[in-house]
Amino acid sequence: MEPVFDLTIIWAVIIAFGIIMYVLMDGFDLGQGILFPFAPSEDARDVMMNSVAPVWDGNETWLILGGAGLLAAFPLVYAVFLPALYIGVFLMLAGLIFRGVAFEFRFKAKTSKYLWNWSFAIGSTVAAFAQGAVVGAYIQGFAVEDFSYVGGALDWLTPFTVMTGFGLIAGYALLGSTWLIMKSEGDIQAWAYRITPWLLIAVLVVFALVSVWTPFVQASVAERWFAGISYIWLFPLLALLCALWLVRSLHQRRDGSPFVATMGMFIFTYLGLIASKFPYVVPPNYTLWDAASAHESQLFLLLGLLFVIPIVLVYTAWTYWVFRGKVKAGAGYH
Amino acid sequence: MEFDPLLLSRIQFAFVVSFHAIFPVFTIGLAAFIALLEGLSFKTGDPKWGRLSRFWVQVFAVVFGMGVVSGIVMAFQFGTNWSIFSYSAANFLGPVLSYEVVTAFFLEAAFLGVLLFGRGKVPQGVHFFSAVMVAVGTMISSFWILSANSWMHTPAGVEFRDGLVFVTSWSEAIFNPSLWPRFFHMGIASFLTGAFVVCGVSAWFILRNRDRDVHRKALSMSLWLILFAVPAQIYVGHSHGLNTFEHQPMKVAAMEGAWETKTNAPLVLFAIPDQANQRNRFEVAVPGLASWLLTKDVDGEVPGLNEVPRELQPPVAIVFFAFRIMVGIGLLMLFFAVTGLVLRRKQAYASTPWFLVGLKWMAITPFIAVLAGWFVTEVGRAPWLIYGVMTHSEGLTPSLTGGMALFTLVGYIVVYAFVFSAGVYYLLRVMQKGVPSEAEVAKESSHQRPKRPLSAADADWEEEQTDGGKA
Ligand code: HDD
Ligand code: HEM
Ligand code: HEM
Repeated sequence: MEPVFDLTIIWAVIIAFGIIMYVLMDGFDLGQGILFPFAPSEDARDVMMNSVAPVWDGNETWLILGGAGLLAAFPLVYAVFLPALYIGVFLMLAGLIFRGVAFEFRFKAKTSKYLWNWSFAIGSTVAAFAQGAVVGAYIQGFAVEDFSYVGGALDWLTPFTVMTGFGLIAGYALLGSTWLIMKSEGDIQAWAYRITPWLLIAVLVVFALVSVWTPFVQASVAERWFAGISYIWLFPLLALLCALWLVRSLHQRRDGSPFVATMGMFIFTYLGLIASKFPYVVPPNYTLWDAASAHESQLFLLLGLLFVIPIVLVYTAWTYWVFRGKVKAGAGYH
Repeated sequence: MEFDPLLLSRIQFAFVVSFHAIFPVFTIGLAAFIALLEGLSFKTGDPKWGRLSRFWVQVFAVVFGMGVVSGIVMAFQFGTNWSIFSYSAANFLGPVLSYEVVTAFFLEAAFLGVLLFGRGKVPQGVHFFSAVMVAVGTMISSFWILSANSWMHTPAGVEFRDGLVFVTSWSEAIFNPSLWPRFFHMGIASFLTGAFVVCGVSAWFILRNRDRDVHRKALSMSLWLILFAVPAQIYVGHSHGLNTFEHQPMKVAAMEGAWETKTNAPLVLFAIPDQANQRNRFEVAVPGLASWLLTKDVDGEVPGLNEVPRELQPPVAIVFFAFRIMVGIGLLMLFFAVTGLVLRRKQAYASTPWFLVGLKWMAITPFIAVLAGWFVTEVGRAPWLIYGVMTHSEGLTPSLTGGMALFTLVGYIVVYAFVFSAGVYYLLRVMQKGVPSEAEVAKESSHQRPKRPLSAADADWEEEQTDGGKA
């Protein structure tokens, strides 16, 4: 029986949605960790942490959904990426562990507080780097034979992936600083306003480098971009427009817009990346359809998700609403 | 030197999952307890409940945090170390684990934020509702993950084509034959863990004469739970054993230390299994009892390990001893449950020192029993990863080298040792600080949280700090 819809495409959209949700949401809270060592005061650190403490766990759940969703809909991706990025995945998980426990431990610590400051900062930065490197590795492609990864343990670690790793650190830091502009006030906000332009410059530099470098790393990508003018150029253009909007809103001291503009930059860059690779999910050889799970499995899960995901979005939005508004310096923990 | 990636991966998986397992069993029980306390507080307005709930929420926050971070590791372990297994079983495991994420993890995570930080920001009824949602989330989560795990023990509702699993019946696969006994056994184990920890901590406070009346309440509540849950656990455990006897007879043979197929099989109380020579040393046994327990007939036939070739036998000694540890602890728990009832008169349970000291030490036994139980279950499945279908070595990631596996194994051990010590240290700190006073609770509820410069509880931390510094 031929299915009416191509489930695989629907699933690709769902997974892509899950990933960008994760990047945006955990991005700003990882960003707090990346900026942690540079914060002007311990009070500022309290505010930074309090601004994300009620929501970080929910944000990270999108990562788990990404993992489980890939296993369900595109098992080949799950079964190739994880072995290929074995060491990187470990580093990311270790980073997430250290930063996750820091939320609880830091507020219960007295003399050992500095330890959890570092745990939060290093953990977040390592996790961000590892995730950036994953993106780079995906652009590079993997050595796969017979549906299994056959490369070495550190094949993923190249100058290119190191750069994408640092790029994502800068990107998350930017999300973090614009989030802080929205959630804080007074000195802390002033500090966030000061650092944001520098972070934006760092992000734009990486953006330019990746754009120039990618075609050399992957010929197929080059072809897609340079074989005549195509719609694909729209994405970087829109991303740059968002950057301009960010600059303007910083000038006008609009508390909310910088964060929204940064999210826009992320979304359009992400769409550009997808467009460069589509439909390859395990580059260079396997497409979405090669990687897909059985039709009935995709369908079984889809039926549930259509029902459950809207509910999840509603109560997630509700928790953000409960914790809306500025976080005051000195306001306590639970 | 060559390292065996298979052995290292098994050790690693056993280590990370055992570490993870410690936290859910506690949080599932404790979440329900907190929801109950919040409910009582909401309904009666008695400050006692609010005080207890605040105290236990602090404990919960630390334990839940560690549960979450170690759980995130688990979500990726399947792919990193067992990629062939993941790939072949993905058509079933993927949807099930995804359902766990969307029906349970999001629920827990979202409402946890409100439970921990929402006091004063949401009405008390909504706060109570959040506590209930967290508790419900943990139960849903255990349902899905145990379904996935049970399916690996008793695969059903699928067919295997070209090395891949294809689901033919979702209901048969999800509600596979060992799901319900495992779900209830694990569910009750979680409640017992929560209850014994609450008992132990309350006993500790009572022994130190701190806030006796509130802790006596908590002690009394959890002793009631234990009184009913322990016998239930023993009954469910027994049915679970019968279920396993039907589906995985070699696992039961290993639990019983039965090498040969026998009628009128004895129940081995103690022995040292000697797998090399396929026999027991120093055996102490009750004749006929195993046959009677498993087949309800003293002359019933109980298959022994010699029914299968050596390489298809699980490591007998681990299964054998782990099983005895679990059952031994179960019986010990029964003793405390019954004694608690006997001491009910005139509330002697809160004033009998040996009983309180005993309870204090009992607080760690459920964790040992739970891990022992999982060792029985999982080691008893060896060498199968999916029972009767795929072995451990067939499911291993092909590109994994011994060096890589060793690196991450050592890494996890170091990271977890650090996190665990810190966690225990902060839990002790929370206990040291004790239950917030009535005045603190009243002050907190009469103010809107964000408008206050410093919350009552936190001010206390700082005061304690200066006091501590001087003393
Ligand atoms: C019977 C219960 C049980 C068992 C056997 C497992 N878990 Fe678990 N897990 C939970 C019960 C639980 C929980 C109660 O839902 C936790 C514990 C603390 C928490 O935060 O949620 C959790 C947390 C948790 C998380 C973090 C969720 C979040 O961010 O809120 C993940 C990704 C996993 N688990 C994954 C696993 C995997 C892959 C397992 C199999 C090997 C596993 N768990 C065994
Ligand atoms: C949470 C409590 C659990 C504990 C304490 C536990 C413990 C263990 C142990 C000790 C082993 C090693 C057996 C051996 O190598 O001989 C093992 C193996 C395994 N378990 Fe579990 N398990 C738990 C839950 C689960 C669940 C819920 C799943 C699946 C959904 C699972 C999947 C596996 C797999 C895939 C293996 C094979 C890898 C290996 O042998 O190490 N486990 N587990
Ligand atoms: C005293 C009587 C008990 C009996 C007869 C009993 C029986 C069993 C059996 C037969 C298994 C293996 C199931 C399999 O084949 O996979 C098992 C597993 C287990 N037991 Fe027990 N048990 C008892 C007490 C306890 C207690 C007190 C706890 C914890 C508080 C506990 C926790 C567990 C856990 C966590 C598992 C692994 C999960 C599972 O497969 O259900 N058990 N038990």
